[in-house]
Amino acid sequence: MEVDSGAEIQDTVISPEKAEEAKLKARYPNLGNKPGGSDLLRKRLQKGQKYFDSGDYNMAKAKIKNKQLPTAAPEKTEITGDHIPTPQDLPQRKPSLVASKLAG
Amino acid sequence: ADIISTVEFNHTGELLATGDKGGRVVIFQQEIENKNQPLFRSEYNVYSTFQSHEPEFDYLKSLEIEEKINKIRWLPQKNAAQFLLSTNDKTIKLWKISERDKRPEGYNLKEEDGRYKDPNTITSLRVPVLIPMDLMVEASPRRVFANAHTYHINSISVNSDNETYLSADDLRINLWHLEITDRSFNIVDIKPTNMEELTEVITAAEFHPHQCNTFVYSSSKGTIRLCDMRTSALCDKHSKLFEEPEDPSNRSFFSEIISSISDVKFSHSGRYMMTRDYLSVKVWDLNMENRPVETYQVHEYLRSKLCSLYENDCIFDKFECCWNGNDSVVMTGSYNNFFRMFDRGHRRDITLEASRENSKPMQVLKPRKVSAGGKRKKDEISVDSLDFNKKILHTAWHPQDNIIAVATTNNLYIFQDKVN
Repeated sequence: MEVDSGAEIQDTVISPEKAEEAKLKARYPNLGNKPGGSDLLRKRLQKGQKYFDSGDYNMAKAKIKNKQLPTAAPEKTEITGDHIPTPQDLPQRKPSLVASKLAG
Repeated sequence: ADIISTVEFNHTGELLATGDKGGRVVIFQQEIENKNQPLFRSEYNVYSTFQSHEPEFDYLKSLEIEEKINKIRWLPQKNAAQFLLSTNDKTIKLWKISERDKRPEGYNLKEEDGRYKDPNTITSLRVPVLIPMDLMVEASPRRVFANAHTYHINSISVNSDNETYLSADDLRINLWHLEITDRSFNIVDIKPTNMEELTEVITAAEFHPHQCNTFVYSSSKGTIRLCDMRTSALCDKHSKLFEEPEDPSNRSFFSEIISSISDVKFSHSGRYMMTRDYLSVKVWDLNMENRPVETYQVHEYLRSKLCSLYENDCIFDKFECCWNGNDSVVMTGSYNNFFRMFDRGHRRDITLEASRENSKPMQVLKPRKVSAGGKRKKDEISVDSLDFNKKILHTAWHPQDNIIAVATTNNLYIFQDKVN
C-alpha cells in the first residue's frame, strides 16, 4: 500500500521548531520557563565581569617587575588560593545553559 | 586577535575599512588607475593600519573592556583628509587619516637633520620649498568620546547633518556632536527601574539617510521603533513601531531568540529599511508598520537544528545585512562561509561561498546549494556537514559598483561583477 506523504499526514506533524523545543526540554528539564526573559538578558549585560582584587593585582604586578624574572611568564597555571590571581588566569566561567553567546 | 569584527566602505567606495578583535583598523584603498578600460578589475590594497583601541579594565566595576572594534562608520569627506568613527564596547574615537606626500626643505634656522643652526652663522636667507616624498598615510585620533555608556555599545551612526552621530548600547542611545567630547545627550532609555522587569534590549540603531531628525532602533524581541527627535528631547515614545504579528500557536522556546534583530539598515533611498533576524532578512516599507513588504529566508533548513544551535551558542550569532547601491539587491551571511544575495526585483536568490580552497582568484563563483534533508543531489551540501564555525557575520557592498567585501573569521574577500 502506498503511503501518501501529502496533506493527510500534515496535521499530525509537529512543526520542526516545536520538535526541536521538545528535544531541548528533554535534555534540560530544568530549563527556565521564561526563555527570553531577564536571565538571558542580564547575562548579556554582565558580559566582561571578572572578580578579582585590583589592589592585590597591582601589588603583584609591581612585585613581578621588581623581581625581573628570567622566564617569559610567571606560572599561570596556579589559580586562586595559591597565588594572587590576575585577570588573565582567572578560570573561564563555564557558560551556563542560559547562554553566554548572547553577549558575544 | 585577527578575527574581523566589522567591515565598511566609505561614501565613494574608494576606501574599505575593517576592524578586528585586537582593536586594529586596517584600511584598504581601491586602485583606480584603469577604471575606464574594459578589463578593469578593482584591487584593494592596504592603505593604512593603526591600533584604534586597547584592552582596558574598569577597576570600579570589575569589568574587562574588550578592545574589539564593534563598528566603524565613515564621515563624508569634507577636505583632503578622511575621517572615521570606530568604537569598542565603551569608547568611540574619531580618527583622521591623512596623506603626506611632500616635505619642506631648506629651512633657514634648522639643518636637514633638525638641529638648530647658530643664527650668527647665517649670512643669507632662502625660502623653504616643498619637495615630493614617498606617500605616507598617517592616522591620528582627533576625538575620544568616552564614559557615556554603562552597557555595551552595539551601534554608531553618523547623522545626515554631518554634525552629530548616535551611539547605542543595550539599553540606551546617546546623541553626540562630533566636535564635543565632554557631553552627550541621552535620547532613548529603556532601562526599567527594576532590572528584574527587563524584557528586551536594543540590538542596533541607525539614523535615516536623509532626514536628520529620524532614527530607528531594533530590539531583541524583533521590533523596530522609529523615533523623531523633533517630538521631544527624550525619544522613549516611538513615532512608529514595526512589528510582524506572530501566530501564537507557532510559538516555541526559540521564537523570541530567533526573532531578535541583529542588524537594521536603511535603504539608500530612505524609503525602506531591512532587518536581519536569525533565519531571515525582512524589508520594511517605512509607511507600513504591521508587517514587512518582503521576507527572504536565509537558511530555513536550520529551523530543524535549533536545539543543537542553542547548545553550541550559534543561535545567538549576530549576522549583518547590506543593500547594494541602488537598493535592488540585499546581501547577508550564513554558515560554512556561505553568503546569500536576494534580487528584490527579479525574485532571484543565490548562495555563494567565500573560500580559498573552493575557488581560485579571478574565477567566477559557483552557486551553492544546501539540501535540507532526504535526497542530496550531487554538488549539494547536506545541513549536517555545514561548518558552523565558519560564519560570515560581516558583509559590505560598494556604494555604487558591484563590488562586495565579505569577511570570514580571519580573512577578507573582495568580489566583483564578472567583467567581460
